[in-house]
Amino acid sequence: MHYSPAPLHIPDGFLTLVVSLICWAITIITLSMAISRTSKSLGEKQVPLMGVMAAFIFAAQMINFPVAGGTSGHLLGGALAAIMLGPWAGMLVMTAVIAVQALLFQDGGLLVMGANILNMGLITAAIGYGLYRGISGGSRIMKLIVAGVAAWLSVMAGALFTSLQLWLSGTSQLQVVIPAMLFVHALIGLGEAVVTVAALSFVLQARPDLLGENSESAKGSKGWVIAGITISLIVVSLSPFASADPDGLERVANDLGFLHAGRVAPFSIIPDYAVPFLGRTPLSTVIAGVIGLAVVGGIIALLGQGMKAKS
Amino acid sequence: MHSDVFDRYHDTESFIHRLDPRVKVSVTVAFILSNALLPDGAWLAFGCAWLCLLFINMLSNLGIGFTFRRSFVALPFALVAITVLFSIPGKPLSTFHFLFWDLTITDMGLLRFMSILVRSWLSVQMVILLVAVARFPDIVHALEHLRVPSILTTIIAFLYRYLFVLVDEVFRLLRAREARSAAAAGARSGGSVVWRARVAGNMAGQLFLRSYERSDRVYNAMLARGYTGHLLTINPHELHRVDYVTAALAFFVILLLQLIGWL
Repeated sequence: MHYSPAPLHIPDGFLTLVVSLICWAITIITLSMAISRTSKSLGEKQVPLMGVMAAFIFAAQMINFPVAGGTSGHLLGGALAAIMLGPWAGMLVMTAVIAVQALLFQDGGLLVMGANILNMGLITAAIGYGLYRGISGGSRIMKLIVAGVAAWLSVMAGALFTSLQLWLSGTSQLQVVIPAMLFVHALIGLGEAVVTVAALSFVLQARPDLLGENSESAKGSKGWVIAGITISLIVVSLSPFASADPDGLERVANDLGFLHAGRVAPFSIIPDYAVPFLGRTPLSTVIAGVIGLAVVGGIIALLGQGMKAKS
Repeated sequence: MHSDVFDRYHDTESFIHRLDPRVKVSVTVAFILSNALLPDGAWLAFGCAWLCLLFINMLSNLGIGFTFRRSFVALPFALVAITVLFSIPGKPLSTFHFLFWDLTITDMGLLRFMSILVRSWLSVQMVILLVAVARFPDIVHALEHLRVPSILTTIIAFLYRYLFVLVDEVFRLLRAREARSAAAAGARSGGSVVWRARVAGNMAGQLFLRSYERSDRVYNAMLARGYTGHLLTINPHELHRVDYVTAALAFFVILLLQLIGWL
């Protein structure tokens, strides 16, 4: 079985517990929103559809094309899944793909799966769908161009977030990991963009009804456009800055207290990774992690409530 | 292609194979969590954790070196951690010249690097062991018992069930591409990289449509057999006393590992 792993799957051991848990918190909250939305809008028919579509993404990753020097490119599929199935369903499909890759092929870890789902499933879906929805009225060519840009950006965003998590865990040095990851994935992203555009134009030609205005994929709200464009802007503005001046990013993070938060303690109220009166013990680390999780979770839940109330 | 071609289950008879999948899944997660919690350089605890792994290997009749042989899959990722060798301040061990830089390996850097690698290496082995001693559908069922939302476990179950069908479809597409791509001896077939990527994209689009239509047929066939939105299993999956005792023992050992690591 020739199965080439995507280079973004972080294995266990490379992220610290606190970073892993924070990523899990973000992932779980987003997924529970996805589950409540999909179970409201989709019938029981959609579950087998999403299952087969997850198998499709998995199988499509095996369609490789020779690039140069014995290497080959293949699809990651996050943006494509979100464009074709809608954002929430796309996220669930990518989650299933990443879970099976981790369990069956040991491609990506279990404790860090929250981070992997966030990088390759949630962010990619938000960017892919958000940008694509943003030009829903545009011409076919326009749609395809935006889909290509979205696919390229989604890969870059995944690489950027992976780099940041590795750096916050003290596994990689920012000055090296950001330029290296972004450079490699700028090329991988080009392949992703061409394959996504070709697949999309094929489907637009053969079954335009699947992507039409009344299809599942068109039911996402305008909030996605805002989310997609916001994340894209963050990536676009952060990437050149980060690769040209990583020391600057480190300084900004230091000034804002992020560096301290990630590397030493979840928050500065819990200094040194440990709850004060418990001392520096594993129990204390766990409790510190759980408190960090609860705080981040609470903030995101509040944001989610706010967004719901507005829409 | 056979339906369980992707399963890494090793069909043997052993005490570990008979355990409830819930026990296996939760002990695996606890073990990986414990590795993440151990401080850098807790070599004694890491060593003991590996001995535990070897012991479970033996208990499950797989041969003592079973997980070791396949344990290096995550190793290429170590590249991203290589900078810690030089970036963490400590006693310099050796300096060498690479391209334009003078790099100094410090003792603290080496300690951190090795700890990251060992943690990853141990965790990967435990997952390899998990999928070797539990059938994948049983693992999915265990996840459902462990409160993973049923919509996710159902998607995963479908993914697993139809993966081999779609991979067969991919092989047909690849074979067709191969057949179309004739070339004179010594010359390369096909066009530029962009052209090749477009062909791959068309194949992905084709695969999408075939999968989509297949999912329709699958759903109708399932309705005809009485599908109500839930997947059923004929494996009883009941926790017996031996499961509780084993789980308690395993968690106790993991706690001991933590004690060894932190004292």
